[in-house]
Amino acid sequence: MNSIAMQRRRATAARVWRQFRDSRQGMIGLGVLGVFVLIALAAPLLADIRELNPVFARSSGNPQWGSPEVFAPLGTDHIRRSVWAQFVWGSRVSLFVGLAATILTILIGSVVGIVSGFVGGKIDGFLMRITEWFLVIPFLPLAIVLASILGRSVWNIIFVIGITSWPSTARLLRAQVLTVKQRLFVDRARSLGAGGPHIVAHHILPNVSGLILANATLAVPISILTETTLSFLGLGDPSSASWGKTLEEAFVNGAMVRNAWWYFLPAGLGILAVVLAFTLIGRTLEDIANPRLRRGR
Amino acid sequence: MKRGRGRFIARKVLGSLLTLAFVLVFNFFLFRIVQKDPIGSLFRGRNVPAATLDNLRSAFALDQPLGTQFIYYLRETAQLNFGISYQSRQPVWNEIISAVPATVTLVGISAILSAVIGTLGGIIAAWRRNTWKDHTITSGTMVFYSMPDFWLGMILLVGFAVVLGWFPVGGIVDAGSNATGLSRLLDQLHHLFLPASTLTLAYLGEYTLVTRSSLLEVMGEDYLTVARAKGLRDVIVRNRHAVPNALLPVVTLTAINFGFVLSGAIAVEAVFSWPGLGKATADAIRGPDLPMLQGLFLLFSAAVIVFNLIADLTYSWLDPRVEEA
Repeated sequence: MNSIAMQRRRATAARVWRQFRDSRQGMIGLGVLGVFVLIALAAPLLADIRELNPVFARSSGNPQWGSPEVFAPLGTDHIRRSVWAQFVWGSRVSLFVGLAATILTILIGSVVGIVSGFVGGKIDGFLMRITEWFLVIPFLPLAIVLASILGRSVWNIIFVIGITSWPSTARLLRAQVLTVKQRLFVDRARSLGAGGPHIVAHHILPNVSGLILANATLAVPISILTETTLSFLGLGDPSSASWGKTLEEAFVNGAMVRNAWWYFLPAGLGILAVVLAFTLIGRTLEDIANPRLRRGR
Repeated sequence: MKRGRGRFIARKVLGSLLTLAFVLVFNFFLFRIVQKDPIGSLFRGRNVPAATLDNLRSAFALDQPLGTQFIYYLRETAQLNFGISYQSRQPVWNEIISAVPATVTLVGISAILSAVIGTLGGIIAAWRRNTWKDHTITSGTMVFYSMPDFWLGMILLVGFAVVLGWFPVGGIVDAGSNATGLSRLLDQLHHLFLPASTLTLAYLGEYTLVTRSSLLEVMGEDYLTVARAKGLRDVIVRNRHAVPNALLPVVTLTAINFGFVLSGAIAVEAVFSWPGLGKATADAIRGPDLPMLQGLFLLFSAAVIVFNLIADLTYSWLDPRVEEA
């Protein structure tokens, strides 16, 4: 890549950051997300991973259904495990699955959308027919059916979310590529002898990357909420417990009838905070990428 | 113009039929991948002679090539024969049909309430944009929109049923109750309140955000300035001129969401032990009861396809410009 293009891109990034910094909702979202990323990264420092093991919990004399007054900071569950440890280590799984599933979603959606919009013709018709089919099949039941069939593992959950949620990204990107394709600089590149792959990589992609980023940020909440629901319904990975898995175990083991609020409140609040953070960041990025949307008006 | 409309409808109906066909094929192969021997799984752990199993396999055409099996599957599906549930050992179709009324009642009421309340909230937020009303409504709905719906249900259940004891903790009527008439209806409403509130709060956000941004877009239009210049009162400008045009995307959203009435409350129904299709799905996952999941998936998909078609047709009737696109 030549240096002029590099310079321009760096200038664009700086401009986006300046606009982002001026948005209060965007900065609140970024701050909240920062806190949770820190918790996830610093998990080994914040909570002993052995606290997740019921055998260890029993041998270290944890109480059963201990409230936060008895066992700081967040009490214990039905098999004496520390709820704080589950919260801290669960943040890793929830964030990881949310991000990985989103990357897969955006990857499939972008490839389908860009190829469809750029190549056009029969390929476009074929890809859009498939996209429409996937759009119409109800998303959660499809994810449930796939997850039941594939079995309970983190990677299967990521795959299931990715394979079920790409269609809206594909449609959005196709529309954007169709308008970018009409612009003069694409004609100019083509008349200078540029081939399809070059035009896509150097002219189309840079012009839709803002949209991809905004769309990706807004797709993370859907991924995280879907993972939570699938785990709650018993389709989560038994060996690496996410926040959704904590909620499932709390529900199945009667935390609600016991009013053991410390068992099911933290995980849900964590999901709420992370989802809200990504939504705020995503809306801000979308406003910057597409000023005509400006919701604040 | 008339002919264009007919062609538009024909195209949409044909598209929906194609999608339905796709779902049928998809459903067939998806479950054939995992279920090599459904008869074996149905009678697993029971002492059934091998000859009986073979007879059953040929009765269900399972010893035939895939193509023959597919034709058999289509014929059975057309006759609403989805096989036998592993868990209850009853026909899947009977199980599904008996769960439909509970779900339609719960999710139908919640869908209507959330559409009405959410749209009103969006209108207020947009019309009074950047005031405290707008900020309260927008941030409140975003919070409800960002939480898992079943978690909201768990909190409401603990707060209002376990701690305060105002509502029952689950089910559709009191266990062992044989009340009839009005007292039975009141009992059902009593059970309905918490799950319906949960779903209404969870669905609100989408309507509020869509209505708000759609109305904000309309509010920049010249014809509103004209209406104001004519001296019309603010309420008239809003209700007669701005809102009807801003509601177009809301109508589509409502129709699409009605397609999700059958499948929209899987986790929430599980939380409140509401005996509908959602709880049936949650129970089928635990098995896993594959014939049940297959039947439910087909029904959920068909509902969405039908309501999408209705959404498309309603939209084109309200805004004839889309037919040209």
